[in-house]
Amino acid sequence: MLDDFTLRVGAGEVVALVGASGAGKTTVLRLVNRLLLPDAGGVRVQGRDTRDWDPIRLRRSVGYVIQEVGLFPHLTVADNVAVVPRLEGWEGDRVRARVGELLDLVGLAPATYAERWPDELSGGQRQRVGVARALAADPPVLLMDEPFGALDPVTRRQLQDEFGRLQSALRKSVVLVTHDMAEAMALADRVGVLDEGRLIWCGPPPALHGCDDPRVRTFVEAVAPPSRAGAQARP
Amino acid sequence: MTTLVRFWLENRLELATLVGEHVLLVAISTTVAVAIGVPVGIVAARRPRLASPLVGVANVVQTVPSLAMFGFLLPVPLVGGVGARAALVVLVLYGLLPIVRSTIVGITGIDRAIREAGVAMGMTPRELLRQIELPLALPSIVAGIRVAAVVGVGSATIAAAIGAGGLGQYIYRGLSMVDSTVILAGAIPAALLALVVDAGLFLLERQLSARRRAAPRRAAAIAAGSIALIALAGSAAMAARGSGVIVVGSKNFTEQLILGEIVAQTIERETGLAVQRRLNLGGTLISERALLTGDIDVYVEYTGTALTAIFRQPPSTDPETVRTTVRELYARTGRTLLPPLGFDNTFAILVRGADARAHNLRTIDDAARVAPGWRAGFGYEFLERPDGYAGLARTYGLAFRDPPQVMDLTLTYRALAAGQVDLIAGDATAGLIRGLDLVRLEDNRRYFPPYDAVPVASAATLLRYPEVHRALEGLAGRITADDMQAMNYAAEARGEHPAAIARRFLHR
Repeated sequence: MLDDFTLRVGAGEVVALVGASGAGKTTVLRLVNRLLLPDAGGVRVQGRDTRDWDPIRLRRSVGYVIQEVGLFPHLTVADNVAVVPRLEGWEGDRVRARVGELLDLVGLAPATYAERWPDELSGGQRQRVGVARALAADPPVLLMDEPFGALDPVTRRQLQDEFGRLQSALRKSVVLVTHDMAEAMALADRVGVLDEGRLIWCGPPPALHGCDDPRVRTFVEAVAPPSRAGAQARP
Repeated sequence: MTTLVRFWLENRLELATLVGEHVLLVAISTTVAVAIGVPVGIVAARRPRLASPLVGVANVVQTVPSLAMFGFLLPVPLVGGVGARAALVVLVLYGLLPIVRSTIVGITGIDRAIREAGVAMGMTPRELLRQIELPLALPSIVAGIRVAAVVGVGSATIAAAIGAGGLGQYIYRGLSMVDSTVILAGAIPAALLALVVDAGLFLLERQLSARRRAAPRRAAAIAAGSIALIALAGSAAMAARGSGVIVVGSKNFTEQLILGEIVAQTIERETGLAVQRRLNLGGTLISERALLTGDIDVYVEYTGTALTAIFRQPPSTDPETVRTTVRELYARTGRTLLPPLGFDNTFAILVRGADARAHNLRTIDDAARVAPGWRAGFGYEFLERPDGYAGLARTYGLAFRDPPQVMDLTLTYRALAAGQVDLIAGDATAGLIRGLDLVRLEDNRRYFPPYDAVPVASAATLLRYPEVHRALEGLAGRITADDMQAMNYAAEARGEHPAAIARRFLHR
């Protein structure tokens, strides 16, 4: 899946991975929390190779926001958010306080939403719960796989803004997978472009427009034509 | 319909006991099947390569007819034999398939994204199972339990064949008496029970599918509560039936039920010991096995049957020789042959009374003269056994117009009376002989071996309770062939209860 791939994510940094489907974006995330092990080379999290980590400990210190949310349908919103804290053996009061705090953080009033069921929520609300769940045990690393992919444009924009606000407060190390170049450029400190398992470009968003690799260019133009930003910004 | 209701009302205590036994059989076997099937299903769901052979084996087990299954288990130590234990083993085996399969389906059917979310959040396999997989698979598992329980209610009726009790007792009794009222008396409550179980578990299933957090807990509490209640009611019913010191068995036809009651009531009356009745056991070999393993203490056998069917000796025609040989063979295996009851239930060659009078027929030799113009009808067994038709035809030079018709033994009497056949081989003590004006021809060449009715008891029981020995000896020669025929007639034609017939006989 991945070949000759090297990427370093600093503490508090947001790196967005962009690429066509099948380019290997999700594979990168699955290597980080050891859902996969590399055939060759190594993946280090907090300086330690994932092979040396106890997979359970590793996964509990890496928040994962999954494509299509993956909320547990038989648990309420509050119980979904409380999964990892409870696995970690937190006491009831501490769990409840943390759940309230997190629901507030992602903009869902606990009094209204804590006891709802996942199928009673809108797509945007479910995604917020997914984020709250990933953050529950305060992991230093956050993996996000198309977190806003299934949302309508208005909600997506709103959640992207909120993510920016959250991240400036929380300073997590984030790997964000998306196929939306505009989203990548808006949220990330650095953008990586994947093509057939290789990282063909990586740098801060403004530098993307200066890149003359034709594969990166066609990709950038296909998802984000340069004329678009200016046209929409004009009053 | 009114006779049916009257039957239920008259036998309401017995009915309640049988329902209780039935429910208890199903409740226990289903609980055990869940305890085994769910873990097996969980393991299989994780190893797909294991799952398909496992479901295959369970499928094969399911296709074995339950009666055959009881037969297979009969000689198996610990789990086999007769009585409730063997029945439970069979019912558990039947319950396993739907439960294992529904557990596998329930777990493998969970959305991959949901399972992956659990893994990615750092759940151990055990946590994943308890917090995600089992709760989500629960509705499917309960659906499987529902199938198992309903199948169990049906299979449990067969359990009566090995003396495990339950509503099947009425069905078997009715079948052997050709009395549809008694069959329905057992079949209708069994069907109702199946419907109730089905509906109850359906409600539970729907509760669980409703996906409310409180629901699984409440539903589990309801389920546990009802099982406890059922167990309580069942054991109360069992207790009402009482567990006797002496266990009396019988085979599964009318005469045997009456003889079983006569033996049981005699012991009760003469010794004051508590007697447990395990009547209506499947057949000769089941009763024999039950006596050998100590599941029953005494039952009534026929000397000729013991000689050929149990001890596999060649047939013999001298009653005294047969009895001595059989007594010797029983003694070697710790059983005591008691004195004969007084009648010989041998094969009886029967013709219509009108024909007998018209042709002046008294013996089988007489019949051989007119037989070439006649048709004969025989039960399947009579055509096959070593002491059956082939030897009879040879001994008497019998030949009929057509080859004999094969039909159910019980039907041959009616076929003879209705003129469809002209000669049959029935049981000498059949009640229908009297009811249908049939005449028994004398076996003047003494072809048929003797089938003297004799109680056979466990020697150990007789040593421990000499008063039982004395009581059974007191029955020696008490029952003539006419008595037996009259009692069979009362049960078969008038539908009287074997216990009532026995009581009247002993008190006359």
